[in-house]
Amino acid sequence: MDTLLLSRIQFAANISFHILFPTITIALGWVLLFFKLRFNRTGERKWMDLYMFWVKVFALSFALGVVSGITMSFQFGTNWPGFMETVGNIAGPLLAYEVLTAFFLEAVFLGIMLFGASRVPGWLHTTATFLVAFGTTMSAFWILVLNSWMHTPAGHEVVDGVVVARDWWAIIFNPSMPYRLAHMLLASGLTVAFLIAGLSAYRWLRGDRAPATATGLRVGVMLGAVLIPIQILAGDMHGLNTLEHQPQKVAAMEGNWETQGNVPLLLFALPDEDTRSNAFEIGIPSMASVILKHDPAGVVPGLNDFVAEDGTVMHPPVAPVFWSFRVMVGVGMLMLVVAWAGAFLMWRRGAESLPRPYLWGLTGMTFAGWVATLAGWYTTEIGRQPWLVQGVLTVEQAVGDIASGMVLSTLLAYMAIYVALLAAYIGVLFHLARRGGVLYEPVSSPGMQPAE
Amino acid sequence: MFDPVVLPFIFAALMGVSILLYVVLDGFDLGVGLLFPFADEAERDRMIASIGPFWDANETWLVLAIGLLLVAFPVAHGDILTALYLPVAVMLIGLILRGVAFEFRAKAPLGHKRPWDVAFWAGSSMTALSQGFMLGMYIMGLQWTWPTVAFATLTAGALAVAYSFIGAGWIILKTDGALQRKAVDWAKGGIWGVVLGMGAVSAATPLVSQRIFDKWFSFPEVALLAPLPLLSGALVVSLWWALRRLPMEGDRFAWYPFVGATALMVLGFGGMAYSFYPYIVPEQLTIWEAASSTEALSIILVGTLFVLPVILGYTVLAYFIFRGKATKLSYD
Ligand code: HDD
Ligand code: HEM
Ligand code: HEM
Repeated sequence: MDTLLLSRIQFAANISFHILFPTITIALGWVLLFFKLRFNRTGERKWMDLYMFWVKVFALSFALGVVSGITMSFQFGTNWPGFMETVGNIAGPLLAYEVLTAFFLEAVFLGIMLFGASRVPGWLHTTATFLVAFGTTMSAFWILVLNSWMHTPAGHEVVDGVVVARDWWAIIFNPSMPYRLAHMLLASGLTVAFLIAGLSAYRWLRGDRAPATATGLRVGVMLGAVLIPIQILAGDMHGLNTLEHQPQKVAAMEGNWETQGNVPLLLFALPDEDTRSNAFEIGIPSMASVILKHDPAGVVPGLNDFVAEDGTVMHPPVAPVFWSFRVMVGVGMLMLVVAWAGAFLMWRRGAESLPRPYLWGLTGMTFAGWVATLAGWYTTEIGRQPWLVQGVLTVEQAVGDIASGMVLSTLLAYMAIYVALLAAYIGVLFHLARRGGVLYEPVSSPGMQPAE
Repeated sequence: MFDPVVLPFIFAALMGVSILLYVVLDGFDLGVGLLFPFADEAERDRMIASIGPFWDANETWLVLAIGLLLVAFPVAHGDILTALYLPVAVMLIGLILRGVAFEFRAKAPLGHKRPWDVAFWAGSSMTALSQGFMLGMYIMGLQWTWPTVAFATLTAGALAVAYSFIGAGWIILKTDGALQRKAVDWAKGGIWGVVLGMGAVSAATPLVSQRIFDKWFSFPEVALLAPLPLLSGALVVSLWWALRRLPMEGDRFAWYPFVGATALMVLGFGGMAYSFYPYIVPEQLTIWEAASSTEALSIILVGTLFVLPVILGYTVLAYFIFRGKATKLSYD
């Protein structure tokens, strides 16, 4: 395989692994702050129990996020030197601001948040919790500004092949940034909602009847029920925004080859780039036109518009974009059904007597947020191909000149570690849930306990 | 807004400061990991407790350093990192292993603690060795030949020992009793590695290029440079003297090995910076040739000038909050 393909796979593997953990920490930080404030307010033990349980999950996720993030920041130089050489004048300041305003904030106050409760006054501990949550959100903000700029570049000029910044306001608030930021923050909230609901349901099924378990269930399901309709709305608006700026991506998402009206919403199809058509289409007539143009006869751009005279294809590979989009939306719909059913059941019979099959269903959806998030990112990122920065720089121009054997060996090493760590992470989460988050018994030497 | 001649210099200085802070700060917690095999289970828990609140922030200095290289000297960034592709990968895998092992060892089922301890040690070693290796390759001008690789292997070992030394200094500072006495012994062993490492680097550097040789041994410069080796020598002697007497009554001078090790690292780093300036890729690219546009650098500098003091402020706050001897580490 060639270096370009391997570098792409390696980048995708690393970022896919990385994003799993920020997705959790971004929202979990705020949820921890909520638990802490509830405890400060009511003094009820269950809020502290919830805090103590979820802060462990937070610490673990954070560590995984940090180490995989460090890998990310080296990747630009090791695999994509052309990226910084071309758009460094824009990407550089954005990344620098992320490190300066977010990473240090999180990392320093995390120490105080995790280990400082008995050393600092209560208000300072609460402040530290707030600053950590704030820091993770700031990280997400800066990196999403950069990513959005790569999709919808604005406020720049190309001088001698190098991109120069002209208007920072336009760069930061580039056309897709608000949509992407909102959609990602909501995705993080949903991921955490289902994680909390899922693990709490699992604890309940294992016979753990602590008040914290029932409250965790309620918080998780309610958070999910509130966020999912907003997310669907935000996703729809994001799609309309994409239609305006990257029509070829939307054409791939819809599996629509010809520019035409009355485009059906495809529920199933096998897009085929050789015949440039779909096999086995099942769809709702005119529905895609209604969603995208609010008119059944609305004309929607098709993929064939993005083939140059000489036959060069300037649209993304269709099948992966088409399918990952369906996975994301499918999981979103499932979340809607499950969260609202749960909210209804709780309203009728309380969090303490949910039916067992429902609880198993929630347990099964513990990591549903991850699936939707990854699928969403695949839609977005693969949908940008062959561009790295839309209209400015292609992936091929940015890749570094390294022996493919070297890339392959590092890729295999990363993959092996990621698989092992993912298994360990999920295993430990369920292990913590089984223990109900109770600390170890004090061990051997007096006065010493394992670091928690 | 800023001067195109001064700006790259400021950024080179900022990057130097973050590398130095990284080497000292992550140096001590990597060192603690390197010393793991010599400690028993309870001692390991206490060693972990001594670095628990800090390691994450310490690593962030690496992110800042590499970020500054990336944003301020994009061309050099590509050159250096593609030349060091494999050692960088080893380091990243090492950092991953130790970072996660740190968390997992406390949260995994009890029976699984040992493998995570091993992972913590292995990750720390991979990180330290590969950083030392990169240092050697950098001094040798990023050329892969047998002699340069041999030299880099030597610096790999030396840096690992130096990290264990400062790690031992940290443990002397943060613990007491039997573990503290053990750490004094570790430090006594480690100091020789430090001497060897600094000696090797100092001997090799002037041989790499005529330019550096002249910079060291021509007249006015030699007088300027002389304090560096003299001070280092004096520090080593005083450290050895202190280590033979530690621990002292009332825990006096427990801070000295750590502070002394830090001072040694600062001196060594200063010498290197002096030799390689103004090059960022040794003998190939100067900081001015590699710098990105003045406009981008100005934007970053404005932010940095505001934010860096704040970062330093809350970093000091954290060290102040967790001052004193390390005790049981828990979330309450
Ligand atoms: C819990 C996660 C989650 C859920 C339930 C959904 N999404 Fe999503 N989606 C994401 C998580 C996500 C994401 C990971 O956050 C993405 C990737 C990049 C981005 O900005 O957001 C994304 C991207 C993304 C895009 C691509 C935008 C682009 O061009 O870059 C569209 C059009 C939608 N989403 C639309 C939807 C719709 C209509 C949903 C209705 C159910 C939906 N999403 C549910
Ligand atoms: C917000 C920060 C992000 C930036 C700056 C970014 C940047 C990049 C870069 C440089 C590449 C390599 C070139 C390419 O193959 O297109 C890439 C590709 C890719 N990224 Fe992202 N990315 C980001 C977020 C993500 C996330 C969170 C995911 C997934 C969870 C993701 C998934 C992918 C995938 C799957 C590819 C490969 C696409 C392909 O080659 O077909 N990206 N992105
Ligand atoms: C190319 C893309 C990316 C790079 C280079 C990158 C780099 C990093 C680095 C170096 C860290 C560790 C910070 C520390 O030392 O504390 C980190 C953490 C983090 N990243 Fe990323 N990242 C990327 C993509 C993303 C994306 C797409 C998101 C989310 C939308 C994200 C959100 C975060 C958050 C919230 C943290 C801190 C919390 C945690 O570590 O779990 N990053 N990232």
